[in-house]
Amino acid sequence: MFIEPFVNNEFLRLALAGGVLVALTCAVAGTFVVLRGLAFVGDALAHGVLPGIATALIFGVSGIIGAAFGSLIMMAGVSLVSRRFRLSGDTAIGLLFVGMLALGVMITSRSRTFVGDLSRILFGELLGVTSRDLISQVCALIIVISIAIIARRPFLLLSVDEGLASSSGFSVRLFHNLMLTMIAVTVVASFQTVGTLLVLGMLIAPAATGALFARRISTMMTVAAVVGSFSTYVGLLVSYHFDLAAGASIVLTAVFIFAVAATYTEIIKTIKTKQSNEHEHQHSHSGAHIR
Amino acid sequence: MKSQIQKSISADQLGVGYSKFPVVDNVSVSLEPGALLVLIGTNGSGKSTILKTMAGLLQPIKGHLEVLGQPTGMLPKRVAYLPQHPISTHTLPLRVHDVVAMGRFAHLGLFRRTSQHDQNIVIDAMKRTGIETQANEPIRDLSGGQQQRTHLAQVLTRQAEILLLDEPTAGLDINGRKLVAELIASERARGVTVVMATHELQDAENANTVMLLAQRVVSIGPPEVALRDEYLRECFGFTQPH
Repeated sequence: MFIEPFVNNEFLRLALAGGVLVALTCAVAGTFVVLRGLAFVGDALAHGVLPGIATALIFGVSGIIGAAFGSLIMMAGVSLVSRRFRLSGDTAIGLLFVGMLALGVMITSRSRTFVGDLSRILFGELLGVTSRDLISQVCALIIVISIAIIARRPFLLLSVDEGLASSSGFSVRLFHNLMLTMIAVTVVASFQTVGTLLVLGMLIAPAATGALFARRISTMMTVAAVVGSFSTYVGLLVSYHFDLAAGASIVLTAVFIFAVAATYTEIIKTIKTKQSNEHEHQHSHSGAHIR
Repeated sequence: MKSQIQKSISADQLGVGYSKFPVVDNVSVSLEPGALLVLIGTNGSGKSTILKTMAGLLQPIKGHLEVLGQPTGMLPKRVAYLPQHPISTHTLPLRVHDVVAMGRFAHLGLFRRTSQHDQNIVIDAMKRTGIETQANEPIRDLSGGQQQRTHLAQVLTRQAEILLLDEPTAGLDINGRKLVAELIASERARGVTVVMATHELQDAENANTVMLLAQRVVSIGPPEVALRDEYLRECFGFTQPH
């Protein structure tokens, strides 16, 4: 029941490999998305790639190339609008996000055969992952890990305070854009597996679970990788046994794990606070006797 | 012939602000190694803007400013800056030791590995600020005062020649304030120039120069001159009890 589906079905083995690669890539990029509070940017990038993918598919080019172009335009747009027009980052990102999404839907509405493609772009096609897809995902993982290792110090400083990063000699603009590039690579590489709508869930839910428990960034990333990979396994099993959408099952599992973990940590915190208050109460009580 | 000592900080008719909107104009000051300049004023008076400009986070909008003989922002290893609210502690899974060690990043750059020498500097800074026993605690679990001590330790690990401190005593109890005064004194004794922004008049006691600010320079000079009653009344609307 738990192993057999993967032993008997090659498409499930490929889906598991693809899903785990997405989980590992999202664990690295997602950690910095959560630390730096870039969830909205991640969401915008995930949706911003839609017109690029749609255009690529119309011209019979690989969706990955279209997604890469879409994310580049989105990143450049966010940077330009927020710098030039004295708007808050949220407003600039929101405007571009909606604009790019609308453009994507307009392009897809030009083609009658696009309904299926649109659904595939938005929700992924995990059960259709091929060996070639795995190669591009391994490349994306290597790129994302390399960026995270090289830029770990400025990324950490940026997560704490931009002024601290700048006064330590690191260019805020350069490393912020490098972080966006890392997120964009993750989105572009993951859209085929979990889709542009659901990739955000894989970026945020496992990393947020890691943030609940971890005392160090490396631990947070490790927890995120384990949660993401486990969600992939559980999600695929659920999808296989109950005939449900694979990408959605994986993301829902990751969000469910976060909810359980958050509830657990809250309960532990409440118990500790109660014990500490009781201890203080006993202490003050015994103090009164001495007096 | 008398040898000329290089000024730590030299500002001439400096205007500071955001984009092209000035917050404070006509700031002229010259500090030698080991000096303490205290910036005093109410909220929005321009203290933090001056510090950010000296740290190279903002460009001067007019006039001239040199730090250690260079334009600002050129010497991150030699200038350390403590922001006013330096950390978002809610989500960051960082231990006190990790936060303090981040002060060495200016020296380490992207690729240099942390050496035993760097480790010793970090441990020494934690001892000096009294947070070595919390080294392995997550910073998000500490009180505001303990977090401020952690950030002070981080600034010390830079081993800089200039310290730019934005309200370093914020959130500290009386012992913490005493500690900051002692740290500043010991840094100055080894030739470090300190510029500190504060709301507290008592922080100006040991300063060489005090600058009283109210979106302009109200007064500048030694404490006994800059903190005269007429200037304090102009700046705060009250005078010190004598």
